[in-house]
Amino acid sequence: MIEEKFDAIVVGAGMAGNAAAYTMASRGLKVLQLERGEYPGSKNVQGAIMYASMLEKIIPNFREDAPLERHIIEQRFWIMDDRGHTAMQYRSDDFNEEKPNRYTIVRAQFDKWFSRKCREVGVTVLTETTVTDLLMDSTGKCVGVKTDRAGGVLRADVVVLAEGVNGLLGTRAGLREMPKAENVALAVKEMHFLPAETIESRFNLSGDEGCVIEMVGTFSKGMTGLGFVYTNRESISVGLGCLVSDFAESRESPYAMLEAFKNHPSIAPLLAGSEVKEYAAHLIPEGGFKAIPQLYGDGWVVVGDAAHFNNAIHREGSNLAMTSGRLAGEAIHRLKAGRDAPTKENLKLYKELLDESFLMKDLKKYKDMPGLFHTNSKNFFLSYPELISKAAQNYLRVDGTPKLEMEKKTMKNFIEKRSRLGLISDAVKLAFAWR
Amino acid sequence: MTIAVRVEDKLYQNRYLVDAGRPHITVLPHEKPSAALVALTTVCPAKCYEMTDKGTVDVTPDGCMECGTCRVLCEASGEITWEYPRGGYGVLFKFG
Repeated sequence: MIEEKFDAIVVGAGMAGNAAAYTMASRGLKVLQLERGEYPGSKNVQGAIMYASMLEKIIPNFREDAPLERHIIEQRFWIMDDRGHTAMQYRSDDFNEEKPNRYTIVRAQFDKWFSRKCREVGVTVLTETTVTDLLMDSTGKCVGVKTDRAGGVLRADVVVLAEGVNGLLGTRAGLREMPKAENVALAVKEMHFLPAETIESRFNLSGDEGCVIEMVGTFSKGMTGLGFVYTNRESISVGLGCLVSDFAESRESPYAMLEAFKNHPSIAPLLAGSEVKEYAAHLIPEGGFKAIPQLYGDGWVVVGDAAHFNNAIHREGSNLAMTSGRLAGEAIHRLKAGRDAPTKENLKLYKELLDESFLMKDLKKYKDMPGLFHTNSKNFFLSYPELISKAAQNYLRVDGTPKLEMEKKTMKNFIEKRSRLGLISDAVKLAFAWR
Repeated sequence: MTIAVRVEDKLYQNRYLVDAGRPHITVLPHEKPSAALVALTTVCPAKCYEMTDKGTVDVTPDGCMECGTCRVLCEASGEITWEYPRGGYGVLFKFG
């Protein structure tokens, strides 16, 4: 095994790990990156939407060779009942710009590319290597890692934990708690392959244009959950996720729910005739600001999903992963350049950089949203979707009923289901959590 | 509408390198499973957990996608042990 000592060891080759490794190595640090998968990306799962500006800050010319699927010109949001959906959508030719803002990506391919970029700037990447423990000295300082390879002890000044949402190392070492069941969502998804022309005609797209749909509604059976349909170049990612605590209580099975979701009359035509090539499952951090653990200590920092960085409201995860990885890398580089040891006191710089960035500001803004949705899931994910659907039908069906009577019926439906006070209280709670 | 789903048909699409004889998840011996452990028989997205004839819960993690749901629900209570597979083994996502 490798005898030399590194400036930094990065555990994991996902978005956060690659961002950290690239940032440090491109600034001249000696970086070792460890990945348990056969290749970077083989253990990683995402929807996936990638935000360009966060990657531009790391690799400005990424568009030249990164494996991007489609740039997104249209976003749809559906509120679904069992038979249909009410939609809100935005599409603009402004999104057909020289440097588009959002792309769909396929993670296994994207992560391989990102890892190649890391190696190009000098990162030593070891795949098929599972880190089994953190190496702590007698003072509790992290000085390296132990791996499952023969004689697998590796030493570094600092360890960057980019081990993902299900990060065993940090919890085993007592650096953070295991995620609570109400703070993580279990998401399942399938990759449905279709010819590019078929996808383009079904979603009203041309060339590299892409469309994404995100849904809430009765398909999640009253659980806090979200569904999605994302267009890739020659495939469609379709999936849904709900809080693990809700799954445990409801005893619904995620694959049966996914199957029903795919067969929904609004979704089935989009997928018709496709060939399924993969079924994946993954946890998503949903606890927001209040679930963020201790982020740094003597000889270690934690980044990405492992640090619970995910904006569930805006469905932004990988850009927070990239940003936290980059900021950790910048902080470690600054300490190294100033000949300051990566002690807990000095690594506070990482937290300070995070606090100044959009990342912490956004998570703080929505700090009360996860709790609100969790405690009111049956209203927001079951009752309201049904009521909205009924309201739309009352409005659109013409059968000779006077309009005033129709409107009264709609209002009555809402009040019977939630009561006047309930409706007002839901609106107020939502407004306060959003502001 | 009820749709019959066999999760095996879904897992069949996936690529795995199974570490034969070294399961990365185990259920500890028990007489009566807790509610959380029983929940794994429906919640596990790969249906790795099954109820035995004796009323206990057993795990066969060959189709595991390493999501960690069971770890979140049952590791703290000591009912299961959860390790990552050895390097290179386990699920190998082609697309992710």
